[in-house]
Amino acid sequence: MKNAGAALRRHIAAIRAMLVFTVVLGIAYPLLITGIAQLALKDKANGSLVKDASGRVVGSSLLCQQYVDRDGNALPQYFQARPSNASDSSNPKDPGCDYAWSGGSNRGTTDPTLKETIRARIDAYARAYNVDPAKVPEDAVTASGSGEDPGISVANADLQAPSVARARGLNVTTVQQLIKENTHGRALGFLGEQYVDVVTLDLDLDKRAGASP
Amino acid sequence: MSDTWAGALQVAALIFLLAVSYRPLGDYLAHILTTRKHLRAEKALYKTIGVDPEADQTWGVYLRSVFAISAVGVLLLYLILRVQHHLMMALGMPKMQADLAYNTAASFVTNTNWQNYYGENTLGYLAQMIGLTVQNFVSAAVGIAVVATLIRGFTRNRTDRLGNFWVDLTRVLIRLMLPFSIVFALVLIAGGVTQSLGDHMTVVHTVNGDQSLYTAGTGSQEAIKLLGTNGGGVFDANSAHPFENPDGFTNLIEIYLLLVIGFALPRTFGRMVGSHKQGYTIVAVMAVIWLGSLAFSTFFEMHHHGLDLATGHAALEGKETRFGIPASALFMTGTTLTSTGAVNSTHDSYSPLGGGAAMVDIMLGEIAPGGTGSGLYGMLVLAIVTVFIAGLMVGRTPEYLGKKIRPAEMKYAALYILTTPAIVLIFAGIAMALPGETARMTNSGPHGFSEVLYAFTSMGNNNGSAFAGLGGDTTWFNTAGALAMLFGRFLPMVWVLALAGSLARQRPVPESSGTLKTASPLFAGMLLGTVLLVVGLTYFPALSLGPLAEGLH
Repeated sequence: MKNAGAALRRHIAAIRAMLVFTVVLGIAYPLLITGIAQLALKDKANGSLVKDASGRVVGSSLLCQQYVDRDGNALPQYFQARPSNASDSSNPKDPGCDYAWSGGSNRGTTDPTLKETIRARIDAYARAYNVDPAKVPEDAVTASGSGEDPGISVANADLQAPSVARARGLNVTTVQQLIKENTHGRALGFLGEQYVDVVTLDLDLDKRAGASP
Repeated sequence: MSDTWAGALQVAALIFLLAVSYRPLGDYLAHILTTRKHLRAEKALYKTIGVDPEADQTWGVYLRSVFAISAVGVLLLYLILRVQHHLMMALGMPKMQADLAYNTAASFVTNTNWQNYYGENTLGYLAQMIGLTVQNFVSAAVGIAVVATLIRGFTRNRTDRLGNFWVDLTRVLIRLMLPFSIVFALVLIAGGVTQSLGDHMTVVHTVNGDQSLYTAGTGSQEAIKLLGTNGGGVFDANSAHPFENPDGFTNLIEIYLLLVIGFALPRTFGRMVGSHKQGYTIVAVMAVIWLGSLAFSTFFEMHHHGLDLATGHAALEGKETRFGIPASALFMTGTTLTSTGAVNSTHDSYSPLGGGAAMVDIMLGEIAPGGTGSGLYGMLVLAIVTVFIAGLMVGRTPEYLGKKIRPAEMKYAALYILTTPAIVLIFAGIAMALPGETARMTNSGPHGFSEVLYAFTSMGNNNGSAFAGLGGDTTWFNTAGALAMLFGRFLPMVWVLALAGSLARQRPVPESSGTLKTASPLFAGMLLGTVLLVVGLTYFPALSLGPLAEGLH
């Protein structure tokens, strides 16, 4: 009976401990952080939202969007993000970059399906931007791990620039200037990789179009 | 700056941060685990919980306390997931189905954080906070508490008392995990990680139509997810998701967080046993394994950089543009050599040998530096085995830190080493024998087998990363996986605590001229050899069917 009593006391202590720690670590701690973040770092804490010329929230600078029409065809006046596997599998029309379904293809590099997919993307890219298939940038034909990657390589952006400029009737140098403005160098100069934020780049293009009709 | 230089600087910066943390953090942890003084807040906590902080426990009582809090943890988390649709900030998410809730509860309590669910469309914000975040804290602290008893097994003599679980747990949570998490959560949010709660998600008018933005308490959860080597993300894509890991800076901070406690614990060990050199020996072995593995996987990813469809290489598949290859491989090595399992790229899409390296990292038993606490106790058990083998070679009774390694100690060490491989290989074998379950593999051939082997390696070792192509959300995988995680977490703890109890009962043996010097490069080399041999011999057959077959194809 002594053992049973000790075991009971121990489990009651465990229940109390779990409840106390739930209050401290599960409620007080996240609320404290949320409070400080909302006071001092509001924009970032809320998801680095971006607005269009009229002030409407049209996305986050951290999450990609697929600039395609309803049938999944690329809109030529926009820079295209990387292929994305973040889509609702029950909705075949979901173009990717779906905020509710982050994730990658999870296909191994020797997987035949992945090889075929990439080959088809290379052909499409080479045709759309009139480049040698051997020169197609790797990031343009592979999907990211998150499916929400807002970045493309500078090489990829440069190759898309003439086509976007043509579709918008803009000077290529103007478009290249915008690419430069939306290029993020390595953090602190050496962490991670350089990338062009497609979301803010396309938004800047839209804003420019709106400013000079 | 060239890619190679940037990649090398990244590693150098990480090593620098870890090196400057080694002494202060290790010493601080030793202080937490040995001081007699209680903080006022802690006294209040002990009173609320209803435990006597002065009581010293035997290993059996200590173990039963670990079991008690873990059992309550599983039940509470299961309950939260099952009723989450009634909670605040549920965002209209339904309750989790029973087998998935069971799997998730086992996963978070065992410090595994295997995710068979999509965080952003399954869980409300409050369930993430009071369910997952709390277990992230507690499971990490339990690991440190258990390693504390093993160290006390060496430092205490002729006693059956190993410390007080409730005191160890509370102190690690209040004095270490909480303050660190507060600081680093804010650092991460300043870097762009989200932290915004509300009963409704923000609606954003994107090109693809209106979308709801899931923000959650990501910063507060991210900090402890990595610091506690947990790995369960707010989002399905985990640390690859831009809201969890926005750029190269947050990426480095996250890698630092998941390694820092593991690499500082040898200092704690050295300080508690009264010889910093013992700590340096252990940390040296950890560092060599970590660097070796990093070089290996970085080489194979960089080597195949660029598209080469003939051989099937597209190294950027599954990786983020803002990280690139070096920062992805750096994260992968850290997360698989600890018990973290967070990912900033999808391991399934690594080159066969690069991804195979990740699997080997986990098979090593996560000891370089390993999970919080569990890494060090794994390494110390291997040190005991090494001392034993060395003793056999020269025909002397083996000793480690003044304690004899007798048949009783060896029995527990051997059980420890056999438990996890047995769990991994048996469950993976059963899964491969069930036709319905092998159909869940995304890939075919050796890579498909790798997915299953990786899954049980990850769950048995409480890692939690995945070759995520495996559609693991089936009743069988949820149940078998939960069992693998629970056995893989708690059976080794039984052996470690029993070992600690056995060591503490001994009287110390004075050092003699025949004693093997365990604080020396020679011993470090032997320990390294033991680690590689034990793992190599155990897993080689399984590895040759998966990544090796695919990589040599």
